[in-house]
Amino acid sequence: MSTTFPVLQTAKRGQWREGSGVKLWLARNASQLALAPSVAITLLAVYGFMVWTGVVSFTASKMLPSYEFVGLDQYWRLWSNPIWRIAVDNIFIFAILFIAIASVIGMALAILVDQKIRAEGFFRTIYLYPMALSFIVTGTAWKWILNPGLGIERMVRLWGWDSFRFDWLVDPRFAIYTLVMAGVWQSSGFVMALFLAALRGIDEDITKAARLDGAGSFQIYRRIIIPQLGPAFLTVFVILTQQAVKSFDLVVALTAGGPGNSTHLPATFMYMQTFGRDQMAVGAASAMMIFMTVTAVVTPYLYSDVRKQRDDA
Amino acid sequence: MTHDSIVLERGGRYHLRRVFIYCCLIFIAGVYLLPLVVVVFTSLKNIDEIRNGSLLSLPKAPTLEAWQQAWSDACIGLQCSGLKGFFLNSMILIVPAVGLSTAIGAINGFALTHWKFRGSNVIFALLLFGVFIPFQIILIPMARSLGAVGLANTMPGLILVHVVYGIPFTTLFFRNYFVSLPAELVKAAKVDGAGFYQTFFRVILPISMPCIVVAVIWQFTNIWNDFLFGTTFTSGDNVPVTVALNNIVNTTTGVKRYNVDMAAVVLTALPTIAIYVLAGKYFLRGLMAGSVKG
Repeated sequence: MSTTFPVLQTAKRGQWREGSGVKLWLARNASQLALAPSVAITLLAVYGFMVWTGVVSFTASKMLPSYEFVGLDQYWRLWSNPIWRIAVDNIFIFAILFIAIASVIGMALAILVDQKIRAEGFFRTIYLYPMALSFIVTGTAWKWILNPGLGIERMVRLWGWDSFRFDWLVDPRFAIYTLVMAGVWQSSGFVMALFLAALRGIDEDITKAARLDGAGSFQIYRRIIIPQLGPAFLTVFVILTQQAVKSFDLVVALTAGGPGNSTHLPATFMYMQTFGRDQMAVGAASAMMIFMTVTAVVTPYLYSDVRKQRDDA
Repeated sequence: MTHDSIVLERGGRYHLRRVFIYCCLIFIAGVYLLPLVVVVFTSLKNIDEIRNGSLLSLPKAPTLEAWQQAWSDACIGLQCSGLKGFFLNSMILIVPAVGLSTAIGAINGFALTHWKFRGSNVIFALLLFGVFIPFQIILIPMARSLGAVGLANTMPGLILVHVVYGIPFTTLFFRNYFVSLPAELVKAAKVDGAGFYQTFFRVILPISMPCIVVAVIWQFTNIWNDFLFGTTFTSGDNVPVTVALNNIVNTTTGVKRYNVDMAAVVLTALPTIAIYVLAGKYFLRGLMAGSVKG
């Protein structure tokens, strides 16, 4: 951290001759003043609103906020709500599969692209383009593709396999997996990009030495390269967890929570309770649960990152 | 075995491996492109061809009719004026939202790196937290607050929300970029007696173009693709294009026109796809910076 106040020094040199008290003060604190609006708005719209939502979750608010406090009642109501239980089960299924599959595919793609191939940029561009799309676009497109009447199912039947069935989108037991498919399609290219960056950062001398010692490619990846990707794995995990827990648009566009509430996630539950069913306090309680989950994953990561930066400095 | 045959065998295996790698790459590329191909094909077909044909069959008589309908007369509920008004909403929304959040982020980043003061690291950590919060936590208070100041269901209200929650990201981008600039630049300007804003505008801003591009692309993509804020804080004629797309697709009155839906999907996706194709390098840089570095 800088300990000098350069503006003050120049002022001492007399370059601010015309500087009245106010002007001098403004110049001296220009940096703080420039940040002040952002800090103020963040204190209000991030920290203040967090507290506000927390307070609402302890009240009896329905369509309008009420400040009649009911303790933990809303949390009790939340956890005894069957749709919330479905949403919580779903987020585990969705997050675990989404993270695992996107990581594996992303890693495989990164290794493939890293084989000193021609047209690398071309392939990377294709794998990554879904990341530029809105989840609403992705969800709508996949809803069409997975539509049993006119989508993949029918396509395969037209090819001659008459009994082919692929109706996950309308089957309450399997609809959640369609979210995983679309989510992986959208995010795995980004995971590839993260792993690719990490692969490019690995010292080639070690792998060259291993190759000279007769190690095969598979062994080199398994023993030398992949173990070095630990930090990248952590980053991928944190980003994908966040994405999963915040998932909202994709559900809205692809399944709208259905069929029969079978694909609700906490974020869609929160929205439905708050803005659809006028259960503001229950919505606030669910928002707190989402917030605490994300915080629990992100805080240790951020903390270690900040510490690392401090050590580097 | 002679020496020659060993070399030959190695060469053959190497060759085989390369072929295998390219086959994988091409196959996977096909899988990634498939949804786009299906959507574009569907948007170019007429409704009979969709009902009778297969998902992947080429459009027999490609027509842009569905595109035209999606643009100007697709229905949301009973109102049939297409996507164009909402597309315009997103355009109107995005210019000030991207501009303001980028400008504020740049100044913040500068203040946090080359014009540090006691406690500036704490301030940075404080702002950074905004990058990670799930927005569900602020929806209720923000909806109440916008209502209280008369900005509920207005464009300025939605712009404000995007600026407020964009600042943490843009600040992070610029802070990380400015950290890498040599401190001597700013020191020299200070010795010459330049103040905070003079140094920022004359010395720093002219060399910040790469970061500005990254921040603008990031903000543009995020705001264009946003659905949560749009659907929570606006309604009716004021919604952005993503919300309108979802409404068009879910409108149940009349015959389902899948080709029009898919044309609307393509239209909604076009601006961000265009940016991605034109400036992919910067797009990726933003993605990495926005999510990796703290």
